[in-house]
Amino acid sequence: MKEKIADLEEKARRLRVAIVKTLHKSQSGHTGGSLSAIDMVCALYFHKMRHNPAEPAWDGRDRFVLSKGHAAPALYVTLAECGYFPAEDLMMLRRLGSHLQGHPDSKGTPGVDVCTGSLGQGLSMANGMALGLKLDGKENRVYAVLGDGELQEGQIWEAAMAAAHYKSDNLCALIDSNGLQIDGDVSKVMNVSSISDKFKAFGWNAIEIDGHDMGQIVAALDQAEAHKGAPTAIVAKTVKGKGVHLFENKASYHGVTPNDEELPEALRCLGCCD
Amino acid sequence: MIATRDAYGEALAELGGENDKIVVLDADLSGSTKTGVFAKKFPNRFFNMGIAEANMVGTAAGLAAVGKVPFLSTFAIFAAGRGWEQIRQSVAYPKANVKIVATHGGVTVGEDGGSHQSVEDVAIMRAIPNMTVIVPADGEETKGAIRAVAAYKGPVYVRLGRNKVPSVFPAGHKFEIGKGVVVVPGTDLTFITTGLMTAAAVTAAEKLKAEGISARVLHIGTIKPLDKELVLQAAQETGAIVTAEEHSVVGGLGGAVAEYLGEACPTLMKRVGVYDRFGTSGKSDELLKYFGLNAETLIEEAREIVSRKK
Repeated sequence: MKEKIADLEEKARRLRVAIVKTLHKSQSGHTGGSLSAIDMVCALYFHKMRHNPAEPAWDGRDRFVLSKGHAAPALYVTLAECGYFPAEDLMMLRRLGSHLQGHPDSKGTPGVDVCTGSLGQGLSMANGMALGLKLDGKENRVYAVLGDGELQEGQIWEAAMAAAHYKSDNLCALIDSNGLQIDGDVSKVMNVSSISDKFKAFGWNAIEIDGHDMGQIVAALDQAEAHKGAPTAIVAKTVKGKGVHLFENKASYHGVTPNDEELPEALRCLGCCD
Repeated sequence: MIATRDAYGEALAELGGENDKIVVLDADLSGSTKTGVFAKKFPNRFFNMGIAEANMVGTAAGLAAVGKVPFLSTFAIFAAGRGWEQIRQSVAYPKANVKIVATHGGVTVGEDGGSHQSVEDVAIMRAIPNMTVIVPADGEETKGAIRAVAAYKGPVYVRLGRNKVPSVFPAGHKFEIGKGVVVVPGTDLTFITTGLMTAAAVTAAEKLKAEGISARVLHIGTIKPLDKELVLQAAQETGAIVTAEEHSVVGGLGGAVAEYLGEACPTLMKRVGVYDRFGTSGKSDELLKYFGLNAETLIEEAREIVSRKK
């Protein structure tokens, strides 16, 4: 297991490098929230989820919903690393004609099942998937990554209510709680804490973790799967821009990409010499 | 006489027996929308989502993403209004196979008043790319339409009404998405109508015949995509168009016909509908009269437009 964790950590480091390079190339996109979510996305795709990059529509796959769709670069670099599409495609992020839209688009990108980007809508879709899979007697699980700022959307709580009501224990929401949103601190813009208390009050199982500790992420995902009778929320404390000190904990890096001056330092932080 | 919502309930329950991929969602109005008939027959495949329409739309999109054929229902004002952005983002943008069947469209909701009378739903649904918009005229057409949309892959908005409406189509009428139907032939003008206004147009055409005016009635069951062929034919052959709908004249059938003919074949036109205002409480037949949504208005407008033809 120790070796597995170390492998995942190395994978996540490489994915961070890919995020920085991709966003430097595109000069448009969301850096901070991609870097805060990537450890969880990495653990899901390289450890927890059953999926088959050679057959994106494989019936036996677990489902993934990036409800905080602006972290699309985190998803795209992961899908590319898995082999859903060539890594060169990343260099076309947000360009006219590219399948890699600014926010995930299921119509064009292999491995993307639903369209997200307008905040607050992903948990409803994830629960719909969970209900449909259960109806078919399937064991497949559904994972949704949400932002903490996103929890300000009322639809999230409609979905939270419904998922608990229907006992969707095949659903797991991972909340990337980086504490920042466009206008500043989540606690100052519109306080959402306590996130785990809120989910518990709605009837969910809630687990609090450090969202950059791969061991904790993996353990929480296992606990979520083992928990029956209710969906699980993994409330992950994260750092926006994690891994590159230039971007860490800066609300200003929500929708800003690395520039030419920042790139070498960002890559150096990530232990990348090329 | 049967309400289109009753025909829907019946058709949906029937389809449920033929296709186990069909699932149904409602937002605490299953008795009124008639999805309750399906719910009773197939309780496992029915999801009451409570009074939370935004989540209901998203849940339906998720169900569609795992291969289900979800029908979701509530009143038109809540389905199209409250759920608009979810319909746009979670359903239409990914072309999810979700069927939104809204009941209680238009002013015939009656006593509940303007808050509940949707006169904009067709306009706002029609504005969304990938969306198909259907407004059946009667019970038979509703049954055919529900069958057609279940077989069609992609997002659809179907607008139904609360009250019993006169029959226009015979039993077993086959509905084809995107195809209009010439219900009454005519040469002096064409009533292009949808929903319950088609029956009113048939009555109007009969009365006009006695005064020597030959009115065609072209029923448009699918407002989007519009049957451009029959609309153009009507414009070219009769030279005068009166549209009629239980909806705002902004953006609905009248809007769609005006947009198309304005470019393809400018023609004398009059739109009958609700003139950019909200509804109000009253009995539904009183309201139809109050808003001029009846055969009498159509007769007057027909006389007027024919007199303008030189």
